[in-house]
Amino acid sequence: MQRSITLSHAADWPGFRQAARTCLQAGLPPEAVHWQVADDAESDLFAAEPLPPEAAPADSASDADAAQAQAEVPATRVPRAFLALAEHAALHSDPERHALLYRALWRLAHEPALRHDALDPDLARLQRLAAAVRRDMHKMRAFVRFRAVDDGQAQPLHVAWFEPDHHIARANAQFFVQRFTQMRWAILTPDCSLRWDAGALQTGPGATRADAPPPDAGEALWLTYYRHTFNPARLKLDMMRREMPTRYWKNLPEATLIDGLARDAHERSARMVAAGGTVPQRRIAATR
Amino acid sequence: MLTESKLAILADAAKYDASCASSGTSARNSVGGRGIGSTEGMGICHSYAPDGRCISLLKILLTNYCQYDCLYCVNRVSSNVPRARFAVQEVVDLTLDFYRRNCIEGLFLSSGIIQSPDHTMERVVEVARVLREEHDFRGYIHLKTIPDASPELLQRAGRYADRLSINIELPTEQGLAALAPEKDGAAIQRSMGRLALHIDDARQQARDQRGRPGGAQIVSLPGRTRRAEAPRFAPGGQSTQMIVGADAADDRTILATSARLYGGYGLRRVYYSAFSPIPDASRALPLAAPPLVREHRLYQADWLMRFYGFTHDEIVPPAPGNGDEPRGSGMLSLEMDPKLAWAVAHPECFPVDLNTAPRERLLRVPGLGVRTVEKLLAARRVRRLRHADLGRLHLPLSKVLPFVAVTDHLPHDRLRAPARLRAQLAPAPVQTSLFA
Repeated sequence: MQRSITLSHAADWPGFRQAARTCLQAGLPPEAVHWQVADDAESDLFAAEPLPPEAAPADSASDADAAQAQAEVPATRVPRAFLALAEHAALHSDPERHALLYRALWRLAHEPALRHDALDPDLARLQRLAAAVRRDMHKMRAFVRFRAVDDGQAQPLHVAWFEPDHHIARANAQFFVQRFTQMRWAILTPDCSLRWDAGALQTGPGATRADAPPPDAGEALWLTYYRHTFNPARLKLDMMRREMPTRYWKNLPEATLIDGLARDAHERSARMVAAGGTVPQRRIAATR
Repeated sequence: MLTESKLAILADAAKYDASCASSGTSARNSVGGRGIGSTEGMGICHSYAPDGRCISLLKILLTNYCQYDCLYCVNRVSSNVPRARFAVQEVVDLTLDFYRRNCIEGLFLSSGIIQSPDHTMERVVEVARVLREEHDFRGYIHLKTIPDASPELLQRAGRYADRLSINIELPTEQGLAALAPEKDGAAIQRSMGRLALHIDDARQQARDQRGRPGGAQIVSLPGRTRRAEAPRFAPGGQSTQMIVGADAADDRTILATSARLYGGYGLRRVYYSAFSPIPDASRALPLAAPPLVREHRLYQADWLMRFYGFTHDEIVPPAPGNGDEPRGSGMLSLEMDPKLAWAVAHPECFPVDLNTAPRERLLRVPGLGVRTVEKLLAARRVRRLRHADLGRLHLPLSKVLPFVAVTDHLPHDRLRAPARLRAQLAPAPVQTSLFA
């Protein structure tokens, strides 16, 4: 028996979970299931989507089905830690992620000792996928840059353009909602768009960089700060690139300054050393 | 003066403080509030400067006018740098503007001492108060505390700040007396002690409240559905900074001071700041910087003390006169990281059998981090660890293999020749540029 599963979009974790459970209960081995993602997931512009529930305990949702599941396949319950891992791994851009996840689920159900084996190649690969997704989510939280746009409302709309490596935008929405609750904002990505307005989160189709606003006047202050918080006597470009990989630079306003700052750094610090010690200009009496 | 010009001067003035952490505070967000801001356990670095340092907080001084004459400091009274002073509202506006752009996690505010320590501290606290009370700002606030300020002001600072810090500045009292004549080492430590007490108190009360059966739901007064919240005091704890290379203190002395601060005041972090050439330096100081790698090694050693069970006095080889130890200078090796250097100097403690050794022995193995050790402990419950398993963990094998035994690997002979081992593991010497 062969089965083909089509998930509604690249980040469709609930869809994957549902389908995986069904396949597992039907006793379909990994090689019998083919996973794919619908290309044109959404056609509705900014279809209203309810707020994601407050991180529900990972395996509570499965409880309802658990009784039925247990009747047929005694061991479809997987460790909670695996679900957390899988939820992240499922957002990876690797097209094989769903097949890998299902194979791991299948094996966990049939090899009870597997859950403790951190060195199993399938689990280790999932760990790496999940780690890459978590890092990408963290970098999105760090590198999204909002620019205020006056769209005729009382409060400006803050708009950002961001290009993540993986399908993380939806999964990150809650972070931005909770941080910028009192702001109106939109985050545009190639995959999907998020918009928070009047206490409601909407997700919509992907966008392009052209949909995002150009720099505003206030950004100059941020650039001034970046220029001056840099210490030219300690140039460490490799360290910077490791934490802020160059692929993110195109959407970071301050990144345009890096080349110039780096170029002048040696000369500036050599000048400081060459200038030698100076004679104090003035002394005012301490008043304490 | 324009805000932009002030920002340039006061960012320049603040950048020699190494601390940038926005982590370790209580989790909160702006749902149900009037403003913006959230914190989680882990802070976020929103950008990196070409010096490799993370930009997490808007790190500025309220003013760089200062009546003190600390020789290592760019803002000392006798320095010729341009001066500026922010109004409270300017700092508040800048913080909120950068935060809305998602450029920062919050504010790190410090100040030169003007008029009096109390006057200065009062202005610093006022910025935090306006952010918290008038704008309901729930992001991160780190306030640099002025050691001579009154206990009442420290108390208020702790109510608004996530983290407080007082810089110990130099590793020894003598160093402080020589380079920062107006600063009083005893007063600095008294203030640290006071902060530590407040922080512990607030934590204890929060714990008591959580621990009570029924917790926050207990109705203690008619008409009230919740107990008053435990008073907040710097939930992110306190930290400090030591300047490295401005005086003659060796690494052994520096780490001993750190160990005393961690133990005595429960500090969250000690930051090490390699003395850096500054514009308009004092003639009393070395003009060139100590190698940045020295600062890096101190951080590594600090990590060993906090997470790997090393004590401060075993990390640095004891002072000279100890026979065959080539670098008994009281300094950390610049060529090798301190854990590797310790392992090479203690062949009698190796090899460590990864299949049987307890956690604390595994933590001593060069190249094994805390998380790797946890993975190994979990994995060996279900399998015998073999050479190939180590590869799968993406370990730095050249560093690890000489020190560990697994089912199909024993390194004995290499450990018997520590000199050769050292030569193999230390990278080839390179000409280090003054500003590399």
